[in-house]
Amino acid sequence: MTMIEAIREAHDVAMAADDRVVVFGEDVGFFGGVFRCTAGLQAKYGKSRCFDTPINESGIVGTAIGMAAYGLKPVIEIQFADYVYPAYDQIVSEAARLRHRSNADFTCPIVIRMPTGGGIFGGQTHSQSPEALFTHVSGLKVVVPSNPRDAKGLLLASIEDPDPVIFLEPKRLYNGPFDGYHDRPVTSWKKHPKGEVPEGNEIVPLGKASITREGSDVTVLAYGTMVYVAEAAAEATGVDAEVIDLRTLLPLDLDTITASVEKTGRCVIVHEATRTSGFGAELMCLVQESCFYHLEAPMIRVTGWDTPYPHAQEWEYFPGPARVGEALKKVMEG
Amino acid sequence: MAARKSAKKPNVSAEELTKYYRDMLLIRRFEEKSGQLYGMGLIGGFCHLYIGQEAVVVGLEAVAEEGDKRITSYRDHGHMLACGMDPDGVMAELTGREGGYSKGKGGSMHMFSKEKHFYGGHGIVGAQVPLGAGLAFSDKYKGNDRVTFTYFGDGAANQGQVYETYNMAQLWDLPVVFVIENNQYAMGTSVQRSTKSPALWKRGEAYGIAGEEVDGMNVLSVKEAGERAVAHCRAGKGPYILEVKTYRYRGHSMSDPAKYRTREEVQKMREERDPIEQVREMLLTGGHASEDDLKAIDKEIKEIVNKSAEFAKESPEPALDELWTDIYA
Ligand SMILES: Cc1ncc(C[n+]2csc(CCOP(=O)(O)OP(=O)(O)O)c2C)c(N)n1
Ligand SMILES: [Mg+2]
Repeated sequence: MTMIEAIREAHDVAMAADDRVVVFGEDVGFFGGVFRCTAGLQAKYGKSRCFDTPINESGIVGTAIGMAAYGLKPVIEIQFADYVYPAYDQIVSEAARLRHRSNADFTCPIVIRMPTGGGIFGGQTHSQSPEALFTHVSGLKVVVPSNPRDAKGLLLASIEDPDPVIFLEPKRLYNGPFDGYHDRPVTSWKKHPKGEVPEGNEIVPLGKASITREGSDVTVLAYGTMVYVAEAAAEATGVDAEVIDLRTLLPLDLDTITASVEKTGRCVIVHEATRTSGFGAELMCLVQESCFYHLEAPMIRVTGWDTPYPHAQEWEYFPGPARVGEALKKVMEG
Repeated sequence: MAARKSAKKPNVSAEELTKYYRDMLLIRRFEEKSGQLYGMGLIGGFCHLYIGQEAVVVGLEAVAEEGDKRITSYRDHGHMLACGMDPDGVMAELTGREGGYSKGKGGSMHMFSKEKHFYGGHGIVGAQVPLGAGLAFSDKYKGNDRVTFTYFGDGAANQGQVYETYNMAQLWDLPVVFVIENNQYAMGTSVQRSTKSPALWKRGEAYGIAGEEVDGMNVLSVKEAGERAVAHCRAGKGPYILEVKTYRYRGHSMSDPAKYRTREEVQKMREERDPIEQVREMLLTGGHASEDDLKAIDKEIKEIVNKSAEFAKESPEPALDELWTDIYA
């Protein structure tokens, strides 16, 4: 199934199992979401459990926090990650800190889903990858699936989780898959092994990375869409890269990362978000703190440029296989 | 006040009516062409057409004076054409070319013109509303009697920042006309499904802001209401709200399965209320123009639009380093 279908199914499973789960957002109920991730849920569970909101992101997140503080489990959609900023105050000041400042009297088990990333010609207001704005905030968990199977399992785990989870869905992968190149045909998720999604309530635990390609030359840390770019770059250059799909940025699976870098002695970090203060900076710091004496070459980051996401030059901005491939070759020389 | 019925026999010159006809037709044909170029893959990503809403901007531009400002959402092509921006530059921005108003950096939703006092094109729903009040503040601060037309949709009217802005605008007597383009839908959500107080202009009353509902399919009604709004602002009485009842014929953007309304609803609006047809009718029955006169205008518009499409196809892609420009001074 596609990633969209997998996300829909996770909602379905969670709603069937637990009537505290409520689902809402802009055009989420009647229409089933602009990307169709909640299609059919209102028909199946009724308007009291799956419903539309007006266009007011701050209100959407704020009310979800109140619901969560008093016994519900809201799973809400921000239509594009680019629209989350009006709600940022609620996420940072309220959702992330309610547990701490109430001495755990009140908690905030909400999931805030949002499509992220480029690749659909969205320009600067429909393409951003704001993960670092959330990983910077203690009290939040941040999840980024890269395929339908993980999307379903991670979403179920996020809904089960007792704390607020920011669930970032790479929109380029929704109907994917994506093989790293934007201009070549790919097989559909239906025929892709990771499009095979187990039925029922099978979770993929938060905080566990996955090694999607084993290798001995260099460790590549990636998540979301960039997992495929990293794999493509390894194939294209012949560098035997070990590609780690982080899956969860917070909490981070540092054990898997460390074990790999200790084995390869080299590390390339890739993300689509802008470079400065991106999550790659945190990763690089953690790797140097934990693996410094194993490193044989300076680490390299490959990221989006420090510019707004462009309208006309989308694929020049996007850190594709060519740029990642150059980094792989360079880190091998070091 | 509720929508005023415009007088049956409007006191309006042939010249004026012809101008409205021409300006509205330019928007319609331009948008039809945008739709075609989108279909051909020359325009990508997001593209929101203004077809059906032409009378709103044309009616209000009729009362705007040099130095007045306008700011709007992503559904912005009509506003740009109506305030006199060059169709070539708009179309080339849609295709993401160097000749576009933002040199391909903005796309359909993000264009600007200092010369025409057009402050954008904003992709985030509601975000332009406080900016509009800020523009008006600047005019007041500088002692100008200029006004700012701040356009937003019925959906945007539910964003919290709109109400923060209402309060400040009234508190500081800012010369801003809030134009709510109520086309009855926010993507797939009708006004009825997003609020229990559907008279959107009345929300201003809570802040003490004057306002009214306007028939947005009739360019003369829009113009009349615009005159009242602008007079109020220029007299230093603070902001004014126009809730303009209009209708978009096309989908929200280029991909819209339109399951939220019936074909008949759209058809009925087109047949009975179309803003361009209404003016055409007035021109013909009033003896202001002949079929041939109108045909000549159609032809002239077609040429302008075709030229803009040619320009937009031929203008080169922006150079790669263009991306790095204009991030800092
Ligand atoms: C903050 C924010 N939330 C959501 C969106 C997605 N979105 C774009 S247009 C739109 C509907 C807006 O409707 P309305 O204000 O009535 O304007 P119209 O499209 O009818 O002109 C939505 C929900 C957005 N761009 N920004
Ligand atoms: Mg609307």
